[in-house]
Amino acid sequence: MKLALVTDLHANREAVEAVLAHARSQGVQQHVFLGDYVGYGAEPGWVVDCVQAHVAGGAIAVMGNHDAAAVQGAQPTMVQDAREVVAWTHGQLDAAQLALLDQLPISVRDGDCLYVHANAYAPTGWGYVTSRLDAVRSMHATDARLTFCGHVHEPLLFHLSGTGKVGDFTPVPGVPIPLSAQRQWLVIPGSAGQPRDGNPAACYASFDTVSGELTYHRVPYDHEAASAKVRAAGLPERIAQRLIDGH
Amino acid sequence: MDTEPGPAPRATRLAAGQVIDGFRLDEHLHQGGMANLWAVTRVGGDDPLPLIMKVPRIKGGEDPTSIVGFEVEQMILPSLSGPHVPKFVAKGDFTGQPFIVMERLAGDSLRKRFDDAPLPADEVARLGARIATALHDLHRQHVVHLDVKPSNIMFRADGTAVLVDFGLSRHDFLPDLLDEEFELPMGTGPYMSPEQVQFIRNDPRSDLFALGVLLYHLLSGERPFGAPTSVRGLRQRLYQDPLPPLAWRPDCPPWLQELVLRCLEVQPDLRHQSAAQLAFDLQNPAQVVLTERATRRTRSGRVQTLRRWFKALGAEPAERGNAAHQAARSPILLAAVDVANADPGLLEEVRDTVQRLLHTEPGARLACLTVMKVNRIGMDELVDKDGGSLHVGLLVQLKHWARPLLQELEATRPEQAGRVTFHVLEAPDAAGAIVDYARKNQVDHVVMGARSSGGLRRYLGSVSAEVVAQSDCTVTVVRSIVQR
Repeated sequence: MKLALVTDLHANREAVEAVLAHARSQGVQQHVFLGDYVGYGAEPGWVVDCVQAHVAGGAIAVMGNHDAAAVQGAQPTMVQDAREVVAWTHGQLDAAQLALLDQLPISVRDGDCLYVHANAYAPTGWGYVTSRLDAVRSMHATDARLTFCGHVHEPLLFHLSGTGKVGDFTPVPGVPIPLSAQRQWLVIPGSAGQPRDGNPAACYASFDTVSGELTYHRVPYDHEAASAKVRAAGLPERIAQRLIDGH
Repeated sequence: MDTEPGPAPRATRLAAGQVIDGFRLDEHLHQGGMANLWAVTRVGGDDPLPLIMKVPRIKGGEDPTSIVGFEVEQMILPSLSGPHVPKFVAKGDFTGQPFIVMERLAGDSLRKRFDDAPLPADEVARLGARIATALHDLHRQHVVHLDVKPSNIMFRADGTAVLVDFGLSRHDFLPDLLDEEFELPMGTGPYMSPEQVQFIRNDPRSDLFALGVLLYHLLSGERPFGAPTSVRGLRQRLYQDPLPPLAWRPDCPPWLQELVLRCLEVQPDLRHQSAAQLAFDLQNPAQVVLTERATRRTRSGRVQTLRRWFKALGAEPAERGNAAHQAARSPILLAAVDVANADPGLLEEVRDTVQRLLHTEPGARLACLTVMKVNRIGMDELVDKDGGSLHVGLLVQLKHWARPLLQELEATRPEQAGRVTFHVLEAPDAAGAIVDYARKNQVDHVVMGARSSGGLRRYLGSVSAEVVAQSDCTVTVVRSIVQR
């Protein structure tokens, strides 16, 4: 079974369409969405409907902090740009779309895989996994061999050996990485809808459950169109520019 | 919380006849420090290749070295291809019986040859060129071996060197599982490069150092740095240079000593910058530029050694980019020039193109080549009417053609000027000779002139078109303005 792991879609229709088309070309059979379907981007309704359609077809989707905020209001930990978009997003979604976001599970466990938006140690505290220390904390908190999470927008890979040694790795797009069964792995595919590593191309990852190979992908999409929509919606200029710069 | 994701590795005793994941164990071939090797066959299958299964030895309880090394090999070997590595077939992870099944190579490793050392110099050079060729292929696949030693080198029937055991290797594009695991330098004591001693694991030139140790040993019958087992002993190579091979055997050719000692330089920047460049020199002894290294008969004096020791104390090696990048940054350019027949305007255009490439590739080395056409059958008239050798005549013309290039290099980059070589090949078929030469010397880029407009050339067909069609590398065909 080949999985597509897509996270931090952030209401970016152009990016999501490009990622899903790319995943199809890779022979992906199952989708896992790791949260943050809304926030920042101009088309929250379209993205929520898209995720819902996939879930109806058997896909897995967990809740992100932006999804929770769209339903319940901004969290105190959110940055200014994000807070500004929360109320606007809420107004864009109908009751059914809000209900869907509200009902999303915080995490899903499937065999030796854990799917969660932020981390395994306090999933609703929305703490970021940005260092080896955070990664160890998360991997210690679960007996799942593989943790897939989002929240952090830059693609990253952490691993923890049986002797407790942790390593991190910045993945190279398109190169399959065999995930050894001998250690724990924490996979951050990187944001599809708002990349922040200086490359505007959308991020996602695919995982072959039989061969154990993980591949990070970068998919170029019409980020100028997505950016223009953000501007046209009257959302903060900084957010529109971010899609152009990939920062 | 338990951080061990899988069940503990099973320490089962394997026996002939047993079947593991569809492979039947036929014969126990070898027990090494880290692994057992079994000849195996696929049950019910007929593989075109004889197969071998490598099973890690788990020495009671936890043994990170053999487990992580095996994980690394399981990760890297399947990503490799080509004649210089054993073909990967299957693997089994530590949740069951861990193993790797791969192509079984016939014959012994290079280890056996060491019993006969010192070997004749030409054989040492031949072996060195083959191993360097294999290393370059590996580096181009983004992998640094980091454990080049006699027992990890095998040969195919045609002499092609094959590298085995990737348990300490490092892949540019995959996580380095060993990086965090150990607090001691990783490698095999006698062969470890100075930068490996200092925990640098991504420099392909480390493999050239190890190859230098190996060639030194084959040449002299002695190890350049002994077989230290302590970190202190390993660090000695950072400041103490080896006794030159000439001290062991006065018949050592100076060019070979030059190459071996260059491999053993402490600073990677002073070694050859790619394995292909070393292979090139080992195959073209007459073109090796000799320095003070070539005639050295003793090691450095105590003052010099002390100075180096002091320098090594606080020295941190520079971090390197990656393996394939280093190899690509040091390309071999081949200018195939028909100095005797081509139009002068075209010759000038070819030279200008070469010059532009040298400007953009400061690490490049340039080989200038011309082909002297000889008949397939019968004796050739090797001496022209004036009595001078035709061969020498062509060499003179070739050097004359390259003179402006050399002059500019000497003024701006004298080191690169020293790396320009000249070759006159005698062959019936110019295109075939150029393609063969490029392949054998791992040339990255051929520059040559297009077919001239002469009627005879049109009749014979285009050499450049054939080179473009047959070559494995990039080919630039230069046309002069008149020809367009």
